[in-house]
Amino acid sequence: MSDLRDLYQEVIFDHNRNPRNFRAMEDANRTAEGFNPLCGDRLTLYLKVDDGRIVDASFQGSGCAISTASASLMTDALKGRTVEEAEGLFHGFHDLITGEGGAPVDLGKLEVLSGVREFPTRVKCATLAWHTLNAALDDQGEPVTTE
Amino acid sequence: MSGAEGTAERRPAAGTTPPALDVERIRADFPVLHQEVYGKPLVYLDNAATTQKPRAVIDAVSRFYAHDNSNVHRGVHALSQRATEEYEGVRGKVREFLNAASERELIFVRGTTEAINLVAATFGRARIRAGDEILLTEMEHHSNIVPWQLLAEQVGATIKVVPITDTGELVMESFEQLLTDRTRLVAVAHLSNALGTINPVRRIIQAAHDAGVPVLLDGAQAAPHIRVDVRELDCDFYAFSGHKIYGPTGIGVLYGKEKWLEDMPPYQGGGEMIRQVSFTRSTYGDLPAKFEAGTPNIAGAVGLGAAIDYVRGIGLDAIAAHEHAVLEYALAAADAIPGMRVVGRAREKASILSFVLDGIHPHDIGTILDRQGLAVRAGHHCAMPVMEHYCLPATARASFAVYNTRAEVDALMAGIRKVQEVFGL
Repeated sequence: MSDLRDLYQEVIFDHNRNPRNFRAMEDANRTAEGFNPLCGDRLTLYLKVDDGRIVDASFQGSGCAISTASASLMTDALKGRTVEEAEGLFHGFHDLITGEGGAPVDLGKLEVLSGVREFPTRVKCATLAWHTLNAALDDQGEPVTTE
Repeated sequence: MSGAEGTAERRPAAGTTPPALDVERIRADFPVLHQEVYGKPLVYLDNAATTQKPRAVIDAVSRFYAHDNSNVHRGVHALSQRATEEYEGVRGKVREFLNAASERELIFVRGTTEAINLVAATFGRARIRAGDEILLTEMEHHSNIVPWQLLAEQVGATIKVVPITDTGELVMESFEQLLTDRTRLVAVAHLSNALGTINPVRRIIQAAHDAGVPVLLDGAQAAPHIRVDVRELDCDFYAFSGHKIYGPTGIGVLYGKEKWLEDMPPYQGGGEMIRQVSFTRSTYGDLPAKFEAGTPNIAGAVGLGAAIDYVRGIGLDAIAAHEHAVLEYALAAADAIPGMRVVGRAREKASILSFVLDGIHPHDIGTILDRQGLAVRAGHHCAMPVMEHYCLPATARASFAVYNTRAEVDALMAGIRKVQEVFGL
């Protein structure tokens, strides 16, 4: 069951048990809601974007270990990035998880989620936060779903 | 409550020995069970989603295509005659299986979902008007909620919902209060797919009939586990799916009392269901053809016939007794695992073990069990109102069939301990 250990790495358990940036943000200027109807995972993402830069990111919601850890790691990774850099991370993360795509992007800590690639049924858990990020940056009013 | 009633429905009275059932011989009939998944023997516990198929069903479908394939009810040639005889022969088997009064009362459909949609679209549109009420329960599958919502929106009717208790039983006092002179139909699951509760359907039907209200039973989960006698139950409609009773997907049955079916307008228009067609007017065929427009799933029906033969060969009472013993064993084992909580503890219960683990999301449970060869379902089981009742986003669900064993329950419980271990709990 070594591939289970690849999926459920210690860092993921840590972020699942103690999710970072897990709070509502009063002064957020971009928010979006994500929902995975298949398993019921839900999250609300809060961003504070100032002059094209994400100065703060947080989330709230409930989900499996993969989706919670992914949202926690993502919000950590976003802080201080420009919107353009965040979009680059989105594509890099997507490629990492699906095993597709072009030139590798340095994803830093986010790479602990690479094990998801071997679990196709869990890809949507890992990408829910990122699709919600896309919606927040596009400022779509509608909640996004993974379906 | 109707405890004694439910008990009599599904297993021999306490004290009698359940009929012996040779599980190993039964398992030998199911080719798919004999394989490894991720290097572990497959333990298939997702039977409420769909059951596996015995060799007899696989062979019947294959034999039909290899020897008798033709369209039904139209050709003058030998193959068409054989296909028609086989297809209609299955209707006879279904009649015996449900103890319906007549084959005219049995409509072949794609499955339970289509059966309920058919009733909503025909019976519903003809008889349910603005201000009328349709009475459902909190434990219904989405397929016994959404068709009624669509109808209610179209005609201006209202949906009323019988609540459930925390053990997963219907609050019968509320049912009686919600049954009013505005109620036009009661639609209720015979056996809940998310909780395993066997509902007191006789009592429901009797109370509804006393108020002059017809009752539809969603039998998708019940048909493989409980002996169903539609005349004894006196239900007005009964729906079930072939694939949950060891038959093929894409075939199911709607039973309806002849008086209703005669009265209802057709569902879909097309070939097969007409008597005469002209551009000014068409007249419809007799029952059951009136509700079977187009070429039906003939091979599926043949497979369903083989599945019914298979189930009747073992006997539903023997199947129910075996599954009950496996479920009781699983419930006791679940109670012995710290941090494991069973959702749905109705006194009358069959087949379903819905559960949650402290600190672990059901989706993670499903993945880790899967890697041990254990196939369970994780999610809301198409019963979001049930999840809402328990304030859960989802549960994990093991559901048992005739071929499951206590050894497989042991494997499940060992798998669950492994899940807890992976999570460091």
